[in-house]
Amino acid sequence: MMEKMIFGRYLPGDSITHRLDPRSKLIFVFLFIFAVFLANNTATYAILLGFTVFVILLSKIRIPFLLGGLKPILFLVVFTLFMHLFLTREGEVLFHWKFISIYEEGLRQGIYISLRFLILVLMTTVLTLTTSPISITDGVETLLNPLKRLKLPVHELAMMMSIALRFIPTLMDETDKILKAQLARGSDISSGSVQQRVKAVIPLLVPLFVSAFKRAEDLAIAMEVRGYRGGEGRTRFRKLQWQTSDTMVLVLLGVLSAIMLYFRG
Amino acid sequence: MDISFQQVNFAYAPNTPFEKKALHDINTTIKTGSYTAVIGHTGSGKSTLLLHLNGLLKPTEGTVRVGDTLITSETKGKALRNVRRNVGIVFQFPEHQLFEETVEKDIMFGPLNFGIPEEEARARAHELIEMLGLPPDVAHKSPFELSGGQMRRVAIAGVLAFKPSVLILDEPTAGLDPQGRREIMELFERFHKEEGLTTILVTHSMEDAARYAEHVIVMHEGRAVLAGPPEEVLTDADQLAAYRLELPRSVRFQRDFERLVHCRLSTSALTEEKLAEMIAKLAKEAGELK
Repeated sequence: MMEKMIFGRYLPGDSITHRLDPRSKLIFVFLFIFAVFLANNTATYAILLGFTVFVILLSKIRIPFLLGGLKPILFLVVFTLFMHLFLTREGEVLFHWKFISIYEEGLRQGIYISLRFLILVLMTTVLTLTTSPISITDGVETLLNPLKRLKLPVHELAMMMSIALRFIPTLMDETDKILKAQLARGSDISSGSVQQRVKAVIPLLVPLFVSAFKRAEDLAIAMEVRGYRGGEGRTRFRKLQWQTSDTMVLVLLGVLSAIMLYFRG
Repeated sequence: MDISFQQVNFAYAPNTPFEKKALHDINTTIKTGSYTAVIGHTGSGKSTLLLHLNGLLKPTEGTVRVGDTLITSETKGKALRNVRRNVGIVFQFPEHQLFEETVEKDIMFGPLNFGIPEEEARARAHELIEMLGLPPDVAHKSPFELSGGQMRRVAIAGVLAFKPSVLILDEPTAGLDPQGRREIMELFERFHKEEGLTTILVTHSMEDAARYAEHVIVMHEGRAVLAGPPEEVLTDADQLAAYRLELPRSVRFQRDFERLVHCRLSTSALTEEKLAEMIAKLAKEAGELK
């Protein structure tokens, strides 16, 4: 059931997007979120959507796969659309039946907001699908470095983040194994009343926590044995390299924003 | 409960870029009351195969028949529950599945899930604690206070407690000391005989396969490549080498011995005891000739 989930997953590949520096991708996505809010009419939304499709094509991710993985989010998108459709009461009435009436503004708002939502999700998913968790952490660490002056423990945060990311698949495997073991002993998570189901989660959670504690202990010992003493005075094995293409990405975003500002209603 | 696989194919995460084919065209039968060993190199599909035996994984194509129940890609709910009631699995490192406050409660978890009355389940738990050689005061301790070997025994008891008629063991002795290993394997052998269980042992140990199994299935790259009695399967060095496996120790020794003294022993020695017996007999005959 988790197989089709693609949030936060990394899909190794070889495309322009894959080769970019994680810093440029992170800055890009961060600024892109603001750019999305510039759109306020058909023209700007069309430009935005076109740009998103362009980025997806560049990343060489198969579109059916991407959309398939976004199914849980698509539900939210549709939900937003309907909320606006039924609750916004502005402009001309387009459709009226008993107590339901749909207004022109509601339809437009609904489409815009859900489109905005969809574009944001698509863009961030492209980021995680084309950037390995380790390079995301490296990127975050270097980008946050200036905050060290504000006494923010940047190295510790980045280390925790990279360990957490590293152990997500391991813990997922572990969960799956324990789940199977308990299913084999007749535990039943997928049926019964809410109360029964909540109770059925305990045989899964307790072993999972116990093993996470053990794992943390083992890992801490293994790190210490290998001479880890915190961030002070460490050198790096993976060096990030800012290339021309990375500058280009940010320039491209600037151009996009300029065009959108021009067409903005 | 005869178990049979018909043209079973299985892929993890089908129709995604993460798709991984794990089983190809498996056709095999496991007879009621038999002791079957499934051997193969790491990643050959052994564990995937055994998860099909109680519906934890369902074949992408083909059918698995467990007793009267047919498992296909569409089987759900009640039929699976029925299969799980009859098929117990001792997973690798089963001590990771313990969760209850006391050992007694943990052992009773399975039986209670399958609708066995509480009193009966408790009696069974105490019986198993004794049979598995755990100290009697362990029943009211927390499973997390126990040693690794004891935790393993409690977990095994948790599976035996609902009296499955098919018992699947996925490397039950991994990470145990030699003595604990022997004790646990002997215990399964005893259960197999006394309760008439159908036992399926997934293992890396050629010695265990040779000693206990009546039927051996060799897996290689998701295919069941060899099957037969251990006398045949486990004595063919060339074929085993092709599947990155080795002969059992005693068979290896026998071959070296035969080569050095230029004689052939009557049969293949699957265990050290058998080997010793045959050599003793040979020595006696030779002594008499002198």
